[in-house]
Amino acid sequence: MKILTGNDLPTGDVIWWTGSGWSRHVEDAADVGDQGDAILQAEDGARRVNGGYIIDATATPEGPRPAHIKDRIRALGPTVRPDLTLKPSDPNAGNWVI
Amino acid sequence: MYKYDQYDQAIVDARVDEFRDQVRRRLAGQITEDQFKPLRLMNGLYLQLHAYMLRVAVPYGTLDGRQMRMLGHIARKYDRGYGHFTTRQNIQYNWIKLEDAPDILADLATVEMHAIQTSGNCIRNISSDQFAGAAADEIADPRPWAELLRQWSTFHPEFSYLPRKFKIAVIAAPEDRAAMRLHDIGIELVERDGVLGARIFVGGGMGRTPMIAPEIKDFVSADDLMSYLEACLRVYNRYGRRDNIYKARIKILIHELGADEYRRQVEEEFALVKALGIDPPAAELERITAFFAPPAFEAGASDAIDRSDPDFAVWLDQNVKPHKQPGYAIVNISLKPIGGIPGDASADQIDVMADLAERYSFDELRVTHAQNIVLPHVRKVDLYTLWQRLSDAKLADANLDLISDIIACPGLDYCSLANARSIPVAQKIATRFADLGRQRELGELKLKISGCINACGHHHAGHIGILGVDKKGTENYQLLLGGSGAEDASLGKITGPGFNEDGIVDAVERVTDKYLQVREEGERFLDTYRRVGFDPFKEAIYG
Amino acid sequence: MADDLLRFRNDEAHDEPAVTLDSFLADQTNATAVRLESGDDARALIPFIDRLSLIEVSFPVYRDGRGYSSARVLREAGYVGELRAAGDVLVDQVPFMRRCGFDSFAPEAPIDPAVLKASLDRYEYHYQPAADAAVPVWKLRHG
Repeated sequence: MKILTGNDLPTGDVIWWTGSGWSRHVEDAADVGDQGDAILQAEDGARRVNGGYIIDATATPEGPRPAHIKDRIRALGPTVRPDLTLKPSDPNAGNWVI
Repeated sequence: MYKYDQYDQAIVDARVDEFRDQVRRRLAGQITEDQFKPLRLMNGLYLQLHAYMLRVAVPYGTLDGRQMRMLGHIARKYDRGYGHFTTRQNIQYNWIKLEDAPDILADLATVEMHAIQTSGNCIRNISSDQFAGAAADEIADPRPWAELLRQWSTFHPEFSYLPRKFKIAVIAAPEDRAAMRLHDIGIELVERDGVLGARIFVGGGMGRTPMIAPEIKDFVSADDLMSYLEACLRVYNRYGRRDNIYKARIKILIHELGADEYRRQVEEEFALVKALGIDPPAAELERITAFFAPPAFEAGASDAIDRSDPDFAVWLDQNVKPHKQPGYAIVNISLKPIGGIPGDASADQIDVMADLAERYSFDELRVTHAQNIVLPHVRKVDLYTLWQRLSDAKLADANLDLISDIIACPGLDYCSLANARSIPVAQKIATRFADLGRQRELGELKLKISGCINACGHHHAGHIGILGVDKKGTENYQLLLGGSGAEDASLGKITGPGFNEDGIVDAVERVTDKYLQVREEGERFLDTYRRVGFDPFKEAIYG
Repeated sequence: MADDLLRFRNDEAHDEPAVTLDSFLADQTNATAVRLESGDDARALIPFIDRLSLIEVSFPVYRDGRGYSSARVLREAGYVGELRAAGDVLVDQVPFMRRCGFDSFAPEAPIDPAVLKASLDRYEYHYQPAADAAVPVWKLRHG
């Protein structure tokens, strides 16, 4: 699947396109098919995303899993500071990244 | 240390105002990200993996307790409770919001700090020797010259859109503690006929094509320095490559022209520029130098140290260096706890270091390019109490220059440029070699890790260097041997095929085992490597 | 384009078209306006600066900073005519360009005059001398 990601302009938070808006959780990411560029152009122009781009992901029971480790690190947080990630209490969260 | 006058303060305040307006215009959509990016980079604000990252300047690595406390305040108020000290003597915060950045800069300006030109294609922080003003081997304190250059380079109207970033280092001792030869311009203060001047090296750097800077001029007097550097920069601005980002540094220009031709062009330009009268008068360097007068050392301070506490003695032997003033010592605070994140310090630890500087080091600290902190002027009688306070704050690891004193860039855990994670590798290596007795047995061993070819971890200059690469979508690590960032500068040699994360730790251990096997009396790892050569180590690594 | 031209000179805007450096040096030796591309050597014009009324320096992309050196080189050689920055000229670069000696600007995209005025007025002091009249801070300190 193809999903969209970028950063929130004022805060820098990592965000994922849900199909109707932007979420901070990759589980909410929607498959954009071949509409990615068009969506990004509109969303970037409206300043609802900064530096957005299209990535490959696989659909899994837990939600979309980005193909590249870099985007999985963006989705969760730094592997070396679990306390600063989106899932600080989940001891298995790091396995999803790696 | 240097204190702002009304002019310095006005300039920084104006910059805060300017960036506040630029952020406002960006958030309102009056400028695009493409137009805004160089503006925010010139204020040290990157867009990284998790958030914006702000790099605050610590000019030539020197700061006082009040400034250090402000860095802790920013970590608490605007970030997530910690900061990262960098290989250019600066500090970085990883969780910054763009909308907060103007307020952060305003807070910094109240203590004479800023984030000016800590990124972008302009002249960056001028770095220097972390032992300046304290080491016995320096011929003068290099920092007044660094301050002079800081002012000259700040908002330089001609050199703010260079082909690429530009890094300058200034030292004043035969021992190079600042990796000076690996900078775009490296300056070594030297004396000739009783006059202090600058020996100029141009064209060093790491990254994709590492190079050691050749000497371009053997002596430039203080009166000519600004004109000469202006000429060096102008030739680069005019002729540095702009067609290929990987060939845009000045080292490539010098490599392609040859040092002789570059020198000739600089001399030609210098003759024209010198006539313009842009060099400040001697009085300005004198004015700045007065700020760097030695502190009021206590005459007759005792050299006696009670070594009866064995843990203290270990720390003393490893982390404390001789000071030129009798009764005093230079204290190195390691930010490399075993299993920790190299160069990171919590806001609480930052506050402790600020307190200790005020109490025990004439209110002065230094940041080193090895991502550690220095208290430069500590009375020997205070060392034991200081060490106890450091121990309480988990800042007393006695591993300076040992294998666990690793330089590591933030890597793929934080940085959008990275190909691989570097911090976990550093943690695993440090854990493998955690035993301090084993580390001391290995002796001085500078291990440096970069998560990508940009080499922010200085891996080319590591006795052992590690480079993270992306190998078909998975993280892979190359091993290099024999680099040095000191006055005996050399570039590390790649050993062969790379390794995965566990494999690289094993490979490092095979290298150190080999060293122990073949070393001779008094040889550091680097010395043994240089004596026996690459092949025995290659054989040990790959079998 | 003339509507978007920003000038900081009191004389009349020069209205003859600029010729390229190559053609100026080759056969258009009577032209009074020359255009320098970012890779051109500004010093090639130094023998002729007394005859030129306008030198236009191209900024194809704002990141290409060679034009800043071209401008200073010309002013340092004594050129007093109009020195124009043309192309991808953004309001945030104009203050540096003014310091390098540019006194007119032909930006591709219009520049907000309020933002420009605020930018130009913002910095009272400058650390280093350049091609403008600003007195560097070290001179204010020591006279």
